[in-house]
Amino acid sequence: MAERAPVLREEPEETIPVTAEERISVATQWQLMWWRFRRHRLAMVGTIVVLLFYLAVLLADFLAYVEPTASEAQRSLLPPQRIHWFDEGRLSPHVYGLTGRRDPVTLKRVYTPDPGKRIRVRFFVRGGFEYQLLGIIPSTLHLLGVEGASPEETLFLLGTDEQGRDLWSRLMYGTRTSLTIGLAGVGLSLVLGVVLGGISGLYGGVVDTVIQRVIEILRSIPTIPLWMGLAAALPNDWTVMQVYLAITIIISLIGWTELARVVRGRFLSLREEDFVMAAELSGCGQTRIIFTHLVPSFLSHIIAATTLAIPVMIISETSLSFLGLGLRPPAISWGVLLQQAQTIQALAISPWLLISAVPVIIVILALNFMGDGLRDAADPYGH
Amino acid sequence: MPSPNGEGRGFAARAVGRGAKPPSEVPILEVRDLRTYFFPQEGTVKAVDGASFDVYPRKTLGIVGESGCGKSVTARSILRIVERPGRIVSGSILLQRNSGNGREPAVDLTRLDATGREMRQIRGGDIALIFQEPMTSFSPVHTIGNQIVETVRLHQEVSKAEAGQKAVEMLHLVGVPNPERRVDEYAFQLSGGLRQRAMIALALSCGPRILIADEPTTALDVTTQAQILDLLRHLQAQEGMAIVLITHNLGVVAEMCDEVVVMYLGRVVEQGPVDAIFHAPKHPYTRALLRSIPSIHAPARTKLPTISGSIPHPYNRPTGCPFHPRCPDFMPGTCDRTEPSLRPVGDGQDASCFLYGE
Amino acid sequence: MLAYLIRRAILAVLTIWAVSLLSFIIIQLPPGDYLTAYIAQMSASGGFISQEEVDALRHEYGLDRPLSVQYLRWMRMVLRGNFGVSLEWSRPVSEVIGDRLWLTMVVSVAAVVLTWALALPIGIYSAVRQYSLGDYLATLVGFVGLAVPSFLLALVLMYLGFTLFNANIGGLFSDEFAQAPWSWAKAWDLMKHLPLPALILGLAGTAQLIRIMRANLLDELRKPYVVTARARGLPEMRVILKYPVRVALNPFASTVGYLLPYVVSGSIIVSLVLSLPTVGPLLLKALVAQDMFLAGTIVLLLGVLTVIGTFLSDLLLMWIDPRIRLEGRK
Repeated sequence: MAERAPVLREEPEETIPVTAEERISVATQWQLMWWRFRRHRLAMVGTIVVLLFYLAVLLADFLAYVEPTASEAQRSLLPPQRIHWFDEGRLSPHVYGLTGRRDPVTLKRVYTPDPGKRIRVRFFVRGGFEYQLLGIIPSTLHLLGVEGASPEETLFLLGTDEQGRDLWSRLMYGTRTSLTIGLAGVGLSLVLGVVLGGISGLYGGVVDTVIQRVIEILRSIPTIPLWMGLAAALPNDWTVMQVYLAITIIISLIGWTELARVVRGRFLSLREEDFVMAAELSGCGQTRIIFTHLVPSFLSHIIAATTLAIPVMIISETSLSFLGLGLRPPAISWGVLLQQAQTIQALAISPWLLISAVPVIIVILALNFMGDGLRDAADPYGH
Repeated sequence: MPSPNGEGRGFAARAVGRGAKPPSEVPILEVRDLRTYFFPQEGTVKAVDGASFDVYPRKTLGIVGESGCGKSVTARSILRIVERPGRIVSGSILLQRNSGNGREPAVDLTRLDATGREMRQIRGGDIALIFQEPMTSFSPVHTIGNQIVETVRLHQEVSKAEAGQKAVEMLHLVGVPNPERRVDEYAFQLSGGLRQRAMIALALSCGPRILIADEPTTALDVTTQAQILDLLRHLQAQEGMAIVLITHNLGVVAEMCDEVVVMYLGRVVEQGPVDAIFHAPKHPYTRALLRSIPSIHAPARTKLPTISGSIPHPYNRPTGCPFHPRCPDFMPGTCDRTEPSLRPVGDGQDASCFLYGE
Repeated sequence: MLAYLIRRAILAVLTIWAVSLLSFIIIQLPPGDYLTAYIAQMSASGGFISQEEVDALRHEYGLDRPLSVQYLRWMRMVLRGNFGVSLEWSRPVSEVIGDRLWLTMVVSVAAVVLTWALALPIGIYSAVRQYSLGDYLATLVGFVGLAVPSFLLALVLMYLGFTLFNANIGGLFSDEFAQAPWSWAKAWDLMKHLPLPALILGLAGTAQLIRIMRANLLDELRKPYVVTARARGLPEMRVILKYPVRVALNPFASTVGYLLPYVVSGSIIVSLVLSLPTVGPLLLKALVAQDMFLAGTIVLLLGVLTVIGTFLSDLLLMWIDPRIRLEGRK
């Protein structure tokens, strides 16, 4: 005898506070990613450092205090100045001025710090060279400067190079160049990688095989000689801008294979997923499937892979410029700065030239931590 | 949830007649108040929280329960292979090691060094373990024979050739056709059923007296399942082993087991002879489990009874009786205040429920 | 198995051909040819060269033929073992390269071997003793390898070596052996100088491999067969080394294939910094001077040797993983 199916009891509408467990099940993909990323402390630190660096990129002119190209042969190869913070008990940051005298043996003019000459250092100085903040707002505000500066009394916090140019200011501009070229390079790489990797993964077949073989070949040969060759081929008379663009293209050629592999891999595995088939079966067109269904699934992985590719760009540019094949003076980048520190002799005399290596290492570490955190968080629904 | 397999009433029918506890026999394994806790960063998980049962030679003990109730952790605790961050906190596991006729005192496995020589001898030698997923239980890069030979030579002083012979014998014993050839093959070259048989061969290669089978048939189709169970029964009769069968499949329990232990959230809520459990379950959980098996005899157009609610998160254990939030016989004021202990409710049957006394 | 071998061999040949094309293209890229640079150099130093001489030279070196012809001509020469003449040094290329090429490979292979020797045990230890002090130390070293490009590492170490120990850590030979002919003593001298450049070159790869090994092993350690092995009574050491390590070794071994080109690449720059008598400094000069035969040959030979090395490592992988041997799939 058939029974009537029991009627569902109607629950009264009430706001039930969501427990912590349940919050997890209603969170969006991006929220989940963020929570997982947040737990990765190193990644958070890395992200903050990276953001600080890119802030410095924007404020490069502000952070520098002399023109990076201002050279004075007399100030060649000066060691870094120490900032003395207290003057007879009062907080009064200052540096020692230099006195030059002729060395009786070598007959060369030698500059030594003179405690008698105290030059006050001030913060947020209006003075020094003029620049355009963010490219539009003219300003002469700098982070550091000296009071009552006469041409002989200047700061060189990190010393000077062979042409007497202040290393701190050059480092600021070098940071700007290196980091922006890194971004530009990775952008191009990304485009190449997504297009080629996407085609490869989505359509498979002959196209996939060909692209895959190309990537294999590129991966199995030492590529630095190739890029060196490309870079060496750039005509000497190109402008800084042209060289900059060309180097960006070259370094993007270095990194695209990895991105293409990630994209291809993701597409391949996603293609087999049931939800893609479900979308097809419900009548979605190709474009809709790609953009509405596939892209959100792999976007997070792409972001992670891209972040991890930036250090590759930076190292590539730094290496090429270090060899003299990348950016050329008057362009300034970390590699260009390090070029002067190539030989043991140079280092023995002026080890501070190596300081440019520090931001390189810090940024690469920070980007790697950040990328690692992103990669771990990229798949919040489990690996 | 226990998986339905055949007719609900049918199982109980098959279980009739078995399971009276032999009064004179000494249990080969006695577990007393075993507590195994895990200590991850987020908090403490009481995976096994006071389990006690006995295992008799030539008999099969079934441990039943939903996923997460602590069955597997119990098995691993017995073999002392509980992984960090878990460890046995208290309780005892007494193993009778008398190989001859002499009455040696039982060894308390919880007192042994988990990586020490004696425990390693016991593992595989006295107690063996087989798993649910035979594919991943074999090393993918070593041949089956290699792994059997290794086990044999660990526990017995034999030459490589003799061990190899033994491997072939074992494969033959479990019904693997062409054992001489199979012995040099890899796990991925065998079908699912053959792999499970090979797994049993590996486990029994040193003649253990207790075989713990952790969901041995869950990954198999029904026909193969029946074959494997037959094999186990046959081997038990032949070798005189005790079997501890861990499963969530009540059909298998009815078919194979003499005694049943029902676990929930790390505690034994009921135990007893198999026909008592199936015909006269006392604990509300056991009753609910049995009720939820779909049966061809059930009246048409009725909803399949389920146990309401879901297993609580391990960090959120309910106070008092762990089952009370889902219990149809919940008594407020009693069940949510203190934990019931296991007490006799029938001939050889125990249950931990306030329905049967404080 | 055979199918796998054949496939890898075909790929290797294809790659070598691609390398030859690429190196030829790269060399031809700069506008003008060697003679343009030569002439500029001549006039800068005050020499004079007539147009007829220029044309004659051009014809002699085949620089007036179309590119495809030049390529084929070059390939034919190379296959016969004739690598041409270095226009800059006016000596046969093989002479100019001399020991440098195979010294490059020695340093690179040493770096790869060192990488393996370090990454394997450290990776295993890291996974087995997760969160221990050793694990953190290994992670730290990993970071250094990760973050510091090899040439920077070389720079820093060179500087430290100089200031702290007053020693010049560059070079592959002590002074007395540098120009001497080969002998056992010289070989031993080389061995003594190898570890540091090998370490510098290999550190980045080591860091990466440690992470891979650690991650893979952690995954494998959770798998049932490890538990089964333990349940059978195996001693802990054997449980780990015989089973999960063996399995985790596969992705490890397959990365060796890509380690070699990476290390060879890195050696170019590092050898500049450390003044190693390898191919790096030579290549740089050749590129700048557009010395086609020299630069092209170096790139070609580097590529070929790397491909061969990779192929050998594929054989190694095949030996380790029985799944490939039996099923012939990658």
